[in-house]
Amino acid sequence: MTPPSGIAPRSPHLDIDALLDDRSVKVIVCCGSGGVGKTTTAAALGLRAADRGRDVVVLTIDPARRLAQSLGLTELDNDPRPVAGVSGTGSLSAMMLDMKRTFDEFVESNADPERAAAILANPFYLSLSSSFAGTQEYMAMEKLGQLRARAAAERTWDLIVVDTPPSRSALDFLDAPRRLGSFLDGRFIRILAAPAKAGGRAYLKVLSAGFGMFTSVLSKVIGGQVLVDVQTFVASVDTLFGGFRQRADDTFAMLQAADTAFVVVAAPERDALREASYFVDRLEADSMPLAGLVLNRVQTTSVPDLDAATATSAATRLEGGSRTSVTAALLRIHADRVATLDRQKRLAERFTAAHRDVRVAAVPSLAGDVVDLDGLREVGASMARHP
Amino acid sequence: MPLGTPGLADLRLDTPPGHPAPYAQPVPTTSDVAPGRRSPDWPAVRLHVVSGKGGTGKTTVAAALALALATGGRKVLVVEVEGRQGLAQIFDVPPLPYAERRVAVAPGGGEVFALAIDPEEALVEYLEMFYNLRRAGTALRKMGAIDFATTVAPGVRDVLLTGKAKEAVRRKKDGVPVYDAVVMDAPPTGRIARFLNVNTEVAGLARTGPIRSQADAVMEVIASRLTAVHLVTLLEEMPVQETADGVAHLREAGLPVGGIIVNQVRRPLLSATAQAKARKGKLDLAAIAADLEAAGVVTPSGALEGSHGMVLTADVVAALAAEGADHAERVALEQRERDDIQALERPTYEIPFLPDGVDVGALYDIAEQLRGQGIA
Repeated sequence: MTPPSGIAPRSPHLDIDALLDDRSVKVIVCCGSGGVGKTTTAAALGLRAADRGRDVVVLTIDPARRLAQSLGLTELDNDPRPVAGVSGTGSLSAMMLDMKRTFDEFVESNADPERAAAILANPFYLSLSSSFAGTQEYMAMEKLGQLRARAAAERTWDLIVVDTPPSRSALDFLDAPRRLGSFLDGRFIRILAAPAKAGGRAYLKVLSAGFGMFTSVLSKVIGGQVLVDVQTFVASVDTLFGGFRQRADDTFAMLQAADTAFVVVAAPERDALREASYFVDRLEADSMPLAGLVLNRVQTTSVPDLDAATATSAATRLEGGSRTSVTAALLRIHADRVATLDRQKRLAERFTAAHRDVRVAAVPSLAGDVVDLDGLREVGASMARHP
Repeated sequence: MPLGTPGLADLRLDTPPGHPAPYAQPVPTTSDVAPGRRSPDWPAVRLHVVSGKGGTGKTTVAAALALALATGGRKVLVVEVEGRQGLAQIFDVPPLPYAERRVAVAPGGGEVFALAIDPEEALVEYLEMFYNLRRAGTALRKMGAIDFATTVAPGVRDVLLTGKAKEAVRRKKDGVPVYDAVVMDAPPTGRIARFLNVNTEVAGLARTGPIRSQADAVMEVIASRLTAVHLVTLLEEMPVQETADGVAHLREAGLPVGGIIVNQVRRPLLSATAQAKARKGKLDLAAIAADLEAAGVVTPSGALEGSHGMVLTADVVAALAAEGADHAERVALEQRERDDIQALERPTYEIPFLPDGVDVGALYDIAEQLRGQGIA
């Protein structure tokens, strides 16, 4: 059998078990574009680490129903729950992020009850916490921070594996928290908030004409009530949080620490590898520690010497005969498989040529879906297999 | 779907007799079937929204659908809203600016234009159109207000993006619509209902004012018969589940659910009997070995023809049988998922798996197949 690593023959091998056994690694972040098997990869890494003796918590964002069930995640409770079935001395907990609840809890733990209640009822807060593009990323990072603090204080876990939100692009996950942080803590929102702090909208009148034009345009676009809601919101959270941006910056710094390892997940498809490529460059630019690339859904074949053209012409010859040939069908199946493999190799080649030092672990494509812990174990095992 | 429909004919030939019709689809009642081709399923639709789980190929489908709709001399605009430049990649053209560019010519003289909608540009354009405030744009941008309005203020971004698509649908020159149809490469299934349902999204924020009226105007198009929201899926558990959820969310929101486009469908190459045998590991290996020798794949001495290493016939036979078993497993799984899709009771279209990937040429083939199945 040609090993899946044949897809990137010149790339150094990403040794998954060495990564999981490295006790100095406390956080593994799985990132990549949507639909590449990121959540499954995170869960499989977590289970394998637990089976190898580590105390692991997996933070998933949006798992498939049956994968969630296999981890015992039957309801959203925004808190890690133990997963039964780990072999050996390690342990596994898993949780699914509830974005709004994380935000609510964040408010409740940082404000007195009266103030918290006012914030939670604010219409702008409701929109921000449930639908704003970027809040999910921000809250995933907030939750990661909480889990980390808890792991350190209670010694509950020694490894956190994080799945990242299905963003517009993989880079959103790095940028959204800061963007949200700088808006909520930035100059613009402070200008907006000024009137509320100074005791109401009357204050607007004494501001410069430029500012008047500015707020008038803004209320034209988003409506006057929104401005008032935003102002009230900012005024009530401003003094409490020590700054959203500060928190976002702290998260960013945490991701740069040596005890974090990034695993970029991709499939051998054009878009997924392009995103992976951007991500690898970006991690390097921001000095974030990259462990390597997990390449899922790699096609394999046991007869690489039988190429697609030969198989297809042989199938055609057999189909010319009088009886229906199973062999002809098998040859066509093989031809499709080899053609897929060749295309994947070409795409992978483009990635590896531009990123020669990036370690790669290739995972063969599975015939079925992963539905239980044994399925996850199988994924973990093939991820860790040496070429 | 009537038998003999072109487009899928090539697939049909390979469908073994006795296999449960894998490409069967619910047939919407249409009276005037053009000779050789079904009349389109969505004659009244001007805005085709294409969504799908990440990795299912929704950008490819949106591009192919635009080509299909443009076939025969029509003018179609395809827009993207997520700033990814996916359309430029698919059509193999330089990155798209915030301007409508012709990216392809369709069979029969049709034209496909493409546009990458940028929310900031759309906002500045909107301010100019309604308030003659273009100059203010620069000042506002400096203060971070444009960023705020397009990124942080919930819902505003989506109103701007859908608003631009609506404008293209409504745009007229000399009383005639500029575009016969607009196709949107939309956000993924998980976010589609919220993205399109701008009315509810801004309801809590803007009860009156221009954003509110803009949202209402958008909903007049999006929640009407002028629009169809098509969902792209693969025959895998997660995408199919998300498609079912997406259909439910769209229905709840009162948005018009269009067709389901099943991408990357494997050709069932084995007959039903052979498929069952392959899954049980009961294929006749001796007969396969004899066939391989007859076809000249292996030498009479029992090794793979032309191979430099010693690959024995027995190894080749075992490997092909194992690959056959994988394929049979996969096809059986796809059939189960297909049943779940049928249960959604929407017109369904299938695009075959292309081992060599999708280039511009393949895009035209896919467009032709979609047309043959009646999507355009």
